[in-house]
Amino acid sequence: MKVELTVNGKDITADVEDRMLLVHFLRDVADLTATNIGCETTSCGACTVLLDGESVKSCTVLAAQADGHSITTLEGLASDSGEMHPVQKAFHTEHGLQCGYCTPGMVMAIVSLLKENPSPTEADVRSGLEGNICRCTGYHNIVQAALVAAASNTVSSNTVSSNTVSSNTVSSNTVSSNTVSSNTVSSNTEAGK
Amino acid sequence: MSILGTRVIRTEDPRLLTSGGVYVDDLREPELAGAVRATFVRSPVAHALITGIDTSEALAQPGVVAVLTVADMTDMPDQVPPEPLPEGSPPPEGPMPLGGVWSEPLLAVDRVRFVGEPVALVLTDSTYQGEDAAELVSVEYDQLTAVPSIDAALTGETLLFPEAGTNVCTKGLGDISDDSIFDGCEVIVEGDVLNQRVAVVPMEGRSTAAAWVNGKLTVWTSTQNAQIARLILTAIGLPPDAIRVVAPDVGGGFGAKIGVDRESIIVAWAAKHTGRPVRWVETRSENLVSMTQGRAQQHHVKIGGSKDGHIKAYRLDVVQDTGAYPRMSGFLPMLTNLMAPGVYDIPAVQAAYKVVVTDGTPVAAYRGAGRPEAAATIERAVDWYAAEAGLDPAVVRKLNFIRPEQFPFVTKTGAPYDTGDYESALDKVLDAAGYAELRAEQQRRRDAGDTKQLGIGLASYVEITAADAGAGETAKVEVHDDGTATVYTGSSAHGQGHHTAFAMIVTAELGIPMDKIEVIHGDTDLIPDGIGTYASRSLQLGGSAVQKAAIEVKDEAAKRAAELFEAAEADVVLDAETGIWHIAGDPDKSLTWSQVASAADEGLIVANVRFTADRPTFPFGSQLSLVEVDVETGKVTLLRHVTADDAGPVLNPILLDGQRHGGIAQGAAQALCEEILYDDDGNPLTSTLADYAAITAAELPSFELLRSETPTPVNPMGVKGIGEAGTIGATPAVHNAVIDAVSHLGVRHIDMPMTPERVWTAIQQGGAKKVSAE
Repeated sequence: MKVELTVNGKDITADVEDRMLLVHFLRDVADLTATNIGCETTSCGACTVLLDGESVKSCTVLAAQADGHSITTLEGLASDSGEMHPVQKAFHTEHGLQCGYCTPGMVMAIVSLLKENPSPTEADVRSGLEGNICRCTGYHNIVQAALVAAASNTVSSNTVSSNTVSSNTVSSNTVSSNTVSSNTVSSNTEAGK
Repeated sequence: MSILGTRVIRTEDPRLLTSGGVYVDDLREPELAGAVRATFVRSPVAHALITGIDTSEALAQPGVVAVLTVADMTDMPDQVPPEPLPEGSPPPEGPMPLGGVWSEPLLAVDRVRFVGEPVALVLTDSTYQGEDAAELVSVEYDQLTAVPSIDAALTGETLLFPEAGTNVCTKGLGDISDDSIFDGCEVIVEGDVLNQRVAVVPMEGRSTAAAWVNGKLTVWTSTQNAQIARLILTAIGLPPDAIRVVAPDVGGGFGAKIGVDRESIIVAWAAKHTGRPVRWVETRSENLVSMTQGRAQQHHVKIGGSKDGHIKAYRLDVVQDTGAYPRMSGFLPMLTNLMAPGVYDIPAVQAAYKVVVTDGTPVAAYRGAGRPEAAATIERAVDWYAAEAGLDPAVVRKLNFIRPEQFPFVTKTGAPYDTGDYESALDKVLDAAGYAELRAEQQRRRDAGDTKQLGIGLASYVEITAADAGAGETAKVEVHDDGTATVYTGSSAHGQGHHTAFAMIVTAELGIPMDKIEVIHGDTDLIPDGIGTYASRSLQLGGSAVQKAAIEVKDEAAKRAAELFEAAEADVVLDAETGIWHIAGDPDKSLTWSQVASAADEGLIVANVRFTADRPTFPFGSQLSLVEVDVETGKVTLLRHVTADDAGPVLNPILLDGQRHGGIAQGAAQALCEEILYDDDGNPLTSTLADYAAITAAELPSFELLRSETPTPVNPMGVKGIGEAGTIGATPAVHNAVIDAVSHLGVRHIDMPMTPERVWTAIQQGGAKKVSAE
């Protein structure tokens, strides 16, 4: 069947098998290989992408179901000038990745999570990532990266919109970024250096 | 100030974070253009004779290029039978497969021994065609009684290898028959501890692509060591120099990607046999039945000592389930025996093992590989003993630790510990966790009869890293006439951060900035000689080799600089901060690396080295786990996990801590939720990630890490391995914590994984019967 998808802002039309999974469309038709396959039971989240801005596991969406929709993959996250998205940056500074295989899915899941909840607690992040498995990091630095990205978004949105956003929003953002920094201190405690 | 020891974020990351890694399935190499997809037909039964294979219907499907079985392997060399052992010689203890009657075929010949064993290979134009055609390969199985467990194997009623006459494929030499070591012990506890079979689950499963071009085979494979993989691939009848192995990005290994498995050998053979490039990428349901698994040991243990807490005697009897084929012979339980007494100075220790075959997936290395099992059991046994003696488990540990002044220390099982300070590691976690306050809160909840009881678990561990230190590691460092450097390492990264770490070492020695250093690994054309990554060996052997090569480059460069300065070599100095060469006492004259290298032959200064160590190292630490157990439901919540780990001086704290985080999570996962299960017919019950409970972020807290740095004299940097330590300490810490939470209800032991059902059942029974105290 013929499908037409917008992937990272680019329109792609192709004739595909009815049963083709979205992840195979992205990898084999669009030739975007950042999105990885880690299972076939919607359990691990390695294949997470955004469909019309919301996270989906592309191993259990048919390309046909995505017909006419817009997909964002890891490759489409950085700005046009090549500057990394705050979540990508936070993964780098917080050492949120090791082998890199779960990373594209993790990053996309966190982008989606922060869109729904811009100021999550650690518990919010942990429950939000329950569907994404990582075997390298023990999740510690992934959670940390999500909180740091949230804090950096908070800072930038405060800067941009301090005149228009209600003061309630701003103050609750401030509180949550304090929470983040105290987490940083306690979880990185090191003695005996 | 040296860059060593500072927080340097990884050079690997920008690529992985923007365009993604390039794993085998992502390769777009021209040699792989038009590659066919390999799909294995795997046994759906645990134990059977194969009475016929019909490939005709599959062959008729669209897109099918070939369907291959063992009958097609006529171009494979005959397997060389192993050297027969002299009469009466002890059984082999090494890591190599036993061969002979225990040999593992490539494609199944006339018998299958586990669900998932490869029987045929389907080559198709596309992935989906492969899945369709594989279903149509008709294999007739004459089913045999399965041997699904250690107990079934030990009865010997059904033999997996009838020619062997037994299911016990090897035994250790330890004698555990003399019970007099427990004479005079006032407190003795004896019982069974299961170290259950777990899956490795790297996020990228196994994958291999192969192309046969002009008499040379190129194999891209997801491996921890390209050079060892090349050696194994010579099995298809090619000399090593006719094979190039490339390890592209590797999505996790954890021990299960050491070398390559039979599937990769078959794929390489298929490329040569058909002349077509072939690519195989396993699915998760294949991975969970056919990638080697870990642990799978049953222990019987006895511990005895005085009423006041001094341990006098310890006995460990191990049965290793090696699965359907003894891939690593007795290597894993041999390490378990070696590390049996852990951090304790115990006057009498006995350890023995035997290895049995079962109808399970073959068992091999998994993060820790034989050492976590030792730590898990001694740490349970010490808690049993402390509970029976009515003593605080922290006090009992401190009474029995090997003291700092006793190092170097050789244990009763023969492990030559290098350095250690076990008590300070334990003190660090007790202080940081607030041990006394936690005990007080635990008592308060017990007195109040709270639904949610608190458990505090301790584990003090020591482990052996770079056990094969004598094999060493290779490195080549080149400085080019443009002032850049290239590092070629025989070590092999799959997430650990080798590229950052090794560039830091070169920067520290030569002053060449990180962004002018390229690190290359995992290509046998560029690096023919190397060992790779396992056993937490990369920094202490691979990093030491890089340092050694950098120093040789510096020495050679000093000669060139002396010539250019027209000065004595002894007067030439390198400022390692700036990478500028000077004459001592004359800061006006200087040379850059570019100028010095330009003066060398071909504009290149190069050193090619192998670093070997004369013995392994023994990192150590203590971990404290705090859990809450709902006594009405059995649900366990891991609240805090505090560790103090010591792997010697730290190269880069973020890489160190990353290894610890991942290790702790995998260790906690074994204690809490992960287990491979089979039914009585040997059918796996956990063959997807919907069934196998891989631990998630929601089940873990952030970890609280402390550290100390006790250097080893074994290598110049004084470093030990950290890759497996977290796992080794975390499993018993969490295990002990859960049992501690319900010990006042009469529970003495619960086997792992401590699922709500098991915890609830143990509470109802008021204690396990398996543990007996005298």
